[in-house]
Amino acid sequence: MNTSVNLAGVTLKNPVMTASGTFGSGAEYSEFVDLNRLGAVVTKGVANIPWPGNPTPRIAEVYGGMLNAIGLQNPGIDVFTKRDIPYLKQFDTKIIVNVCGKTTEDYIEVVEKLGDYDVDLLEINISCPNVKEGGIAFGQNAKNVENITSTLKKYAKQPIIMKLSPNVTDITEMARAAEAGGADVVSLINTLTGMKIDVNRRTFAIANKTGGMSGPAVKPIAVRMVYQVANAVKIPIIGMGGISNYEDALEFILAGATAVSVGTANFYNPTATIDIVDGIENYMKKNSIDDINSLIGAVR
Amino acid sequence: MSEKFKEQVVIVRQDQLANGIYSMWIKTENIAKNARPGQFISIYTHDSSRLLPRPISICEISKDMLRVVYRVAGEGTRQFSEMKADDKIEVMGPLGNGYTLRDKKAVLIAGGIGVPPMLELAKQLKCDKTIVLGYRDKNTFLLDEFKKCGEVVIATEDGSIGTKGNVMDAIKEQNVTGEVIYSCGPKPMLKAVKEWGLSNNIETQISLEEKMACGIGACLACVCKTKNEDEHSHVHNARVCKDGPVFFAEEVEL
Repeated sequence: MNTSVNLAGVTLKNPVMTASGTFGSGAEYSEFVDLNRLGAVVTKGVANIPWPGNPTPRIAEVYGGMLNAIGLQNPGIDVFTKRDIPYLKQFDTKIIVNVCGKTTEDYIEVVEKLGDYDVDLLEINISCPNVKEGGIAFGQNAKNVENITSTLKKYAKQPIIMKLSPNVTDITEMARAAEAGGADVVSLINTLTGMKIDVNRRTFAIANKTGGMSGPAVKPIAVRMVYQVANAVKIPIIGMGGISNYEDALEFILAGATAVSVGTANFYNPTATIDIVDGIENYMKKNSIDDINSLIGAVR
Repeated sequence: MSEKFKEQVVIVRQDQLANGIYSMWIKTENIAKNARPGQFISIYTHDSSRLLPRPISICEISKDMLRVVYRVAGEGTRQFSEMKADDKIEVMGPLGNGYTLRDKKAVLIAGGIGVPPMLELAKQLKCDKTIVLGYRDKNTFLLDEFKKCGEVVIATEDGSIGTKGNVMDAIKEQNVTGEVIYSCGPKPMLKAVKEWGLSNNIETQISLEEKMACGIGACLACVCKTKNEDEHSHVHNARVCKDGPVFFAEEVEL
């Protein structure tokens, strides 16, 4: 039985990875999860310099999901390369570094520095809804998506994944633009911009006013978008958005995702990733499926 | 850092202590064995529309049981309050750092739902101690149990029991002093405690609260401002769930 999948020449032992920002660089979850069993760990976004993130409260629970506006707090690339990459290198899993920036130059600096390190893929965050500059500003206009992709391709030593925002009129336009810019992979969806108001305190539930919505409630939107993008581009897709069990993961794969990321589920089930790895294997055995690749995009 | 466990546990008993305040004993040898005063557990609802765990401080630790005393703050905690002995509930813990216990004359200062974690601390501190508790009104809880552990000073906002006012008013009225302060409660109270402790050169440990998601230091939701660079992100933001919830007062900005 083959569970391995290929992303831009990188072979993952299985299609299950973590979603950026929900798993740190793995250390906190290693108490619950054998990182060796994951297809890949996708790190929290890292910028050229440390970012302090947003004021608190940074999160709020909503029906079937949550809003977050962490604001990409991170220690910057220099601490990251000294501490987090060596940590992850201890494990037999692929390393995907999520890269964020306020300007094109910020992204270039991080991508260039990562060229000196043994990491497998770079995921470029052009879709964070919670920072004032950069982030989503690059991801809501097709021309900008193509430009930043083609620029970063010139500097990147590793294949690049462009992480797309669902907060657009037509996500296939952005996926096509990423492909045209030379992206090796696209990942979707980042969070959906939302808002919650505390009626007792008559104020916003989170300090940033708006936050990115994630969790099981967004899954049908994410599956639909993966399906649409799978029909629009030839490059592989990493699907995510509310995946909490193996059936959710399979929905994304059947819709056209080569790999899947588990995000918010880690917060309420620290072993969600491993449960999904096991669940997919059992599903394949039960249904006599020899190769997971036969499921990718099988529902047309 | 103590080992963490996520497990389904049996509720041993549940009682209402006061209006909106509940006490729940759960059976968990793993968490009880590893827990310290000032740590907390995550409690999960059975309702998949409410995904995030509720972080609740540990009130008492026995050989194979833990007690939490919590306030019904919303729908999730309301569901906990309706559970009965023999019901099962999902928990994770012990989480966070807990207090650093000193063998010095102690002042324990707590207000409102910051009162419960002081009970296990009061039990474990064998030294001389004064326990200062602040409540809104005569709707108090855990008082008799604290009285077994040491001298108790009470403040109520409406003056129905003890000093009329807050915990600082009671401390001044009763001339409370000590060599180390342990505190938990609302932020304005902690600010006043910090100021009093530091201006009198008394070591002051305070326990903070913030909205959390993961509870283990990964999501960076529950940060607080710190004087020094934090170890994780180097941006003067400590994680309340992992680096705290207990901090030395001079380390954090309130």
